[in-house]
Amino acid sequence: MLSAQNLELTFNPGTPIETQALRGMSLDIPAGQFVTVIGSNGAGKSTFLNAISGEQTVDAGSILIDGEDVTRQPVWDRAHKVARVFQDPMAGTCENLTIEENMSLALGRGQFRSLRLAVREEMRVLFRERLAMLGLGLERRLTDRIGLLSGGQRQAVSLLMASLRPSRILLLDEHTAALDPRTAKFVLDLTERIVAEHGLTTMMVTHSMRQALDVGDRTVMLHQGRVVLDVSGDVRRGLDVPDLLTMFERVRGEELADDSLLLS
Amino acid sequence: MSVYSLWGSLEIGLIFGLVALGVLISFRVLNFPDLTVDGSFPLGGAAAAILIHHGYDPFVATGIGTLAAGFAGVITGWLNVRLKIMDLLASILMMIALYSINLRVMDAPNVPLITESTVFTVLQPAGLHDYVARPLILLVLVVVVKLALDWFFATQVGLAMRSTGSNPRMARSQGIRTGNMVLLGMGISNALCGLAGALFAQSQGGADISMGIGTIVIGLAAVIIGESILPSRRLAITTLAVVIGAVLYRFFVALALNADFVGLKAQDLNLVTAVLVTVALVIPLIKQRLRRKRVE
Repeated sequence: MLSAQNLELTFNPGTPIETQALRGMSLDIPAGQFVTVIGSNGAGKSTFLNAISGEQTVDAGSILIDGEDVTRQPVWDRAHKVARVFQDPMAGTCENLTIEENMSLALGRGQFRSLRLAVREEMRVLFRERLAMLGLGLERRLTDRIGLLSGGQRQAVSLLMASLRPSRILLLDEHTAALDPRTAKFVLDLTERIVAEHGLTTMMVTHSMRQALDVGDRTVMLHQGRVVLDVSGDVRRGLDVPDLLTMFERVRGEELADDSLLLS
Repeated sequence: MSVYSLWGSLEIGLIFGLVALGVLISFRVLNFPDLTVDGSFPLGGAAAAILIHHGYDPFVATGIGTLAAGFAGVITGWLNVRLKIMDLLASILMMIALYSINLRVMDAPNVPLITESTVFTVLQPAGLHDYVARPLILLVLVVVVKLALDWFFATQVGLAMRSTGSNPRMARSQGIRTGNMVLLGMGISNALCGLAGALFAQSQGGADISMGIGTIVIGLAAVIIGESILPSRRLAITTLAVVIGAVLYRFFVALALNADFVGLKAQDLNLVTAVLVTVALVIPLIKQRLRRKRVE
């Protein structure tokens, strides 16, 4: 479904603050798989997601979604294939538009937009039905501004919005990181429900190793712009957080060894 | 204040209501601080006046003036979207470019329209004074424009434009070509200002190169006054509010200039504008303080 090959991306090349965010990142995700992605700060997690969604154009490498090469396509041209939930609850919705207007925008993701009314009665029926599954009473607040909702509520609506229109891949960028533990759990449960219900191919970046092992079918660890660990199936089931930490330390240690070689 | 000057301020107020609607689109909907208005308003006036002067139908002339101004707005948007020039700077560049263009269009600093037929003389119903007919004609037009905008912003394209101004990153991730939305919005915004300029020239007896000075401030004043007397999150209410704001603004100005005991003269117009805008900006703050005091 998704095939990323040898992605390279350098920020501010040729300047003192040059950063190599992606260094030969490669990852293949078959249809229907739920992949969790972990890695330390600066490992290239968000950059990788941005490269897939088209917000960042890579310097080299190729990205194929559903067999189509999208490497050079701008965000809006791949929007019909890529659904996304951002880390910041404010980022995924328009705060001065109403709930139903936001949902209408998402229902039209990647579609031709005409001069028909954006919110029609048959849509409201759909929106109410979907909002009802949240159990937050939002189905009675369709015409409320989405800015009036709490961060957790907005993130839950963002998830619904991402699943209103079929997508080839769903990208979740630490979408529970900005929420309190209880709300985070609610949003995570909702994520698993929605992904299972629609059989979505999903890539979820997370900062929690526990989450990375418990959720989904495959865990990928990134370090310095490439994949350093890729586990699934029985191997993954046998892993616990300390094992993951050990592996993480080992990768870091090798990096230190490399540096000492350079410095000597 | 005489009845005559009352009708007069209603007339000009309604014309600037169109400017206010345009400014609402650029400043509020698109979040694009656009000063092109100071050039596109006189461009609409200049194009319409010179065409009428050369014997064109006043409706055709008004239409061409409107389109020309809309095109100017699209260029401002293009400078920003494609050439990555900062929004405010792009609009200032377009504004000063239009000063020269307007002089070229008129081929003189002004084009008088005294005996020529205008949209107002053509539409004027028999048995009504012209100073009453003009505001009534304008009222119908402004209401039609307001309703058309309300409808547009409720459509899929209109909603896409609003999301572009509100959260461009989210808009793009929903597949909206935000750059095109800016061009379209800037076109509509400046077309409305051009339409206002074309009507202003026909109502005030001609186009003048200096007729655009301060248009953006008046438009903003109308938006700010409107928003503070009729605050609402609903766009359909805000479009009404800014038109009322424009009319009220002209009434205040007429009142200030006509009240002899104040001692203001016509040349104090821009100072009065600045004071009015300041007052309108401060009103929400005072309201907030009063509310806090009441709570205590």
